[in-house]
Amino acid sequence: MPVELKKVSKKDALKKFMDSCKSLPNPESQLIAILHKAQEINGYLNKELMDDIALEMNIPTAHIWGVATFYHYFKLVPQGKHSISVCLGTACYVKGAEEVLNTIRSELKVNFGQTTEDGLFTLQEARCLGACGLAPVIMIDDRIYGELTPKKVIEILNTYRK
Amino acid sequence: MPSRYVITLCDGPSCMHKKSKEIEMVIKSELEKNGLLEKTRVMLSGCLGMCKKGPVMIVNPGYTIYGGITEKDIPEIIQKHLLKKQPVARLVIDEDHLYNRFFRIFGDVDFFRKQMRITLRNCGIMDPESIEDYLALRGYEALGKVLTEMTPQQVIAEVKKSGLRGRGGAGFPTGLKWEITAKAEGKEKFVICNADEGDPGAFMDRSAIEGDPHTVIEGMIIGGYAVGSSRGIVYIRAEYPLAVKRLEKAIVDARQEGFLGKNILGSNFSFDIEIRLGAGAFVCGEETALIHSIEGSRGMPRPRPPFPSVSGLFGNPTLINNVETWANIPVIILDGADWFSSIGTEKSKGTKVFALAGKIKNTGLVEVPMGTTLREIIYEIGGGIPNNKKIKAIQTGGPSGGCLSEEYLDTKIDYESLAQAGSIMGSGGMIIIDEDSCMVNIAKFFLEFTQNESCGKCTPCREGTKRMLEILTRITEGKGEEGDIEKLQRLGNMIKKSSLCGLGQSAPNPVLSTIKNFRVEYEEHIKNRKCPAKVCQSLFNYSIIDKCVGCGACKKICPTQAISGQAKAKHAIDQSKCIKCGLCFKTCKFNAIIKS
Repeated sequence: MPVELKKVSKKDALKKFMDSCKSLPNPESQLIAILHKAQEINGYLNKELMDDIALEMNIPTAHIWGVATFYHYFKLVPQGKHSISVCLGTACYVKGAEEVLNTIRSELKVNFGQTTEDGLFTLQEARCLGACGLAPVIMIDDRIYGELTPKKVIEILNTYRK
Repeated sequence: MPSRYVITLCDGPSCMHKKSKEIEMVIKSELEKNGLLEKTRVMLSGCLGMCKKGPVMIVNPGYTIYGGITEKDIPEIIQKHLLKKQPVARLVIDEDHLYNRFFRIFGDVDFFRKQMRITLRNCGIMDPESIEDYLALRGYEALGKVLTEMTPQQVIAEVKKSGLRGRGGAGFPTGLKWEITAKAEGKEKFVICNADEGDPGAFMDRSAIEGDPHTVIEGMIIGGYAVGSSRGIVYIRAEYPLAVKRLEKAIVDARQEGFLGKNILGSNFSFDIEIRLGAGAFVCGEETALIHSIEGSRGMPRPRPPFPSVSGLFGNPTLINNVETWANIPVIILDGADWFSSIGTEKSKGTKVFALAGKIKNTGLVEVPMGTTLREIIYEIGGGIPNNKKIKAIQTGGPSGGCLSEEYLDTKIDYESLAQAGSIMGSGGMIIIDEDSCMVNIAKFFLEFTQNESCGKCTPCREGTKRMLEILTRITEGKGEEGDIEKLQRLGNMIKKSSLCGLGQSAPNPVLSTIKNFRVEYEEHIKNRKCPAKVCQSLFNYSIIDKCVGCGACKKICPTQAISGQAKAKHAIDQSKCIKCGLCFKTCKFNAIIKS
């Protein structure tokens, strides 16, 4: 698909979503939902997108920027193909999350918020994934891997590299 | 309502003696008269064992147990119960229902022995995506009762009488909150379910919604009816995709069955629920911050009063309760405030769900009556500490709570006793810490979290937690100074007193409680530059002792080539190169590497 066309269809999808928001009561309160949608479509939020939302929803870009930067979930830089969230919740911490994290760091040579050179992984910290029974855990995209050891982590990363 | 009934008649010797056979005949002919024979299954069962109250008959769905019935009672039961859905109260055996304790359905294992499942009553035993399953387990029966038999005032009175207190952590009396919201005036009113479970180490709300989304919805509808609201909102973390999906499905199904939407169950009460996603900000669990987030702004708290009950979402009266609180409501309505308030302690009624995690054998969710001791939870339900280690601390309440030492094991769980011990009930995270953990390091971990999550609005929280963290970091790096402990206490108490919202007011708790209960560890770090649990990396070295056989495994795995030595001879670690990653320690099969 030509790049231009792809861009247009993405914008259309977002506009459609915003239109549906406008018909709801208190449409401006849907901002976070719109940002979720925009990130889902585009992978991350940039100034261009925020300007589009600002015009469409009649909300100042400055306010949108404020909201986007407040919440951890919103990304302001391009993300890798897979996102790795290392849970640093209490249970995971007690059970050795730091060790797992260090393994991933040295294996991928990235820090929190960074993407690997090949664009395959983005490393993130997670607060608590709510899978404390399996601690320590990581989540790659939507999948949770539990009871990890440094060795297991490397095996898991390798399955995504193929 | 399901069209099929099952009537189970006890055919045990005692009931038979009291003419159960004749009763069966009458039942069948009465069913035929009323055209119900096709829709009803009549079953003769073995002895139920309630011989004294025989003949006994159970009508399902609803688990209504009739006792002491005669042939003459049958037409009345069929007419009233089966046709009009009104059980004949005078014949119902009125006892503390066993199913309230859920032994009937839950597994027959020790894990459940000390538990009592009210909010989690359906979790794990029904298909959470099936509204039919929920209906079969008395689902939406409470809603029906409320809409047909109770006024909003009566609902509020019942909740008040039950003694239910907010399960989100602070323990505010739920009924009182409802009453204030009901009395408040506004253009419209809102009902919010707080499912922004951000505490690290807590997963009760997630499990409750994933396991039984309808209970929460039913609770919210009842709340809406009581305070006079028609709009409900569930604010849930975006990090819980499965819970969101199940909740969405449940809402659609409930709408289809007429439990949500316009004129619910034919009454003139209308109510609908929408879902709003959070976006990863711990402070949004605070009610005023949560409201700002729903409004589409930065989730920052504001001073109270006015409380949301008076002026909340879009400036309207808003009733906010936590997931677990909502899940208690249908049970209170169905089984009554008297029954509910018979469980628990004097000031804390009902049960509490805890997420057991950390160094414990049975990690998972447990629901226990208030007043259960920590020891019972940890040893009798949790199975104790694995690997024969000793318990060091119990952390409750997440980053807002505190660490209790072993001597508090016999503390009974309720809002007051936990607060008195120096921790809080919180939303229900319970993390067990064993002797391998360093309490200073744990306190630092929690403070790192709250410091990071501080929204920055008020100075004590924004600046104070940062200074406290600096001191703690210094201590764990072996650079602690005389007087640091007192400084931490002074700062902590100041932050507690002067912060704007619950996040700041409770952020110093982990530090203050560890100082109170584990002061020796702080002193060891500061005075002797030692970490007793050997966790703080700057305060110990790895070294190889004489047990070394020279296998070379450690040398091979060391990422910095800090280990040297000939094969079959004792190896040595070059401390200047060692980064203390601990790989050699884990690799050595001969226990020849020690921390010193």
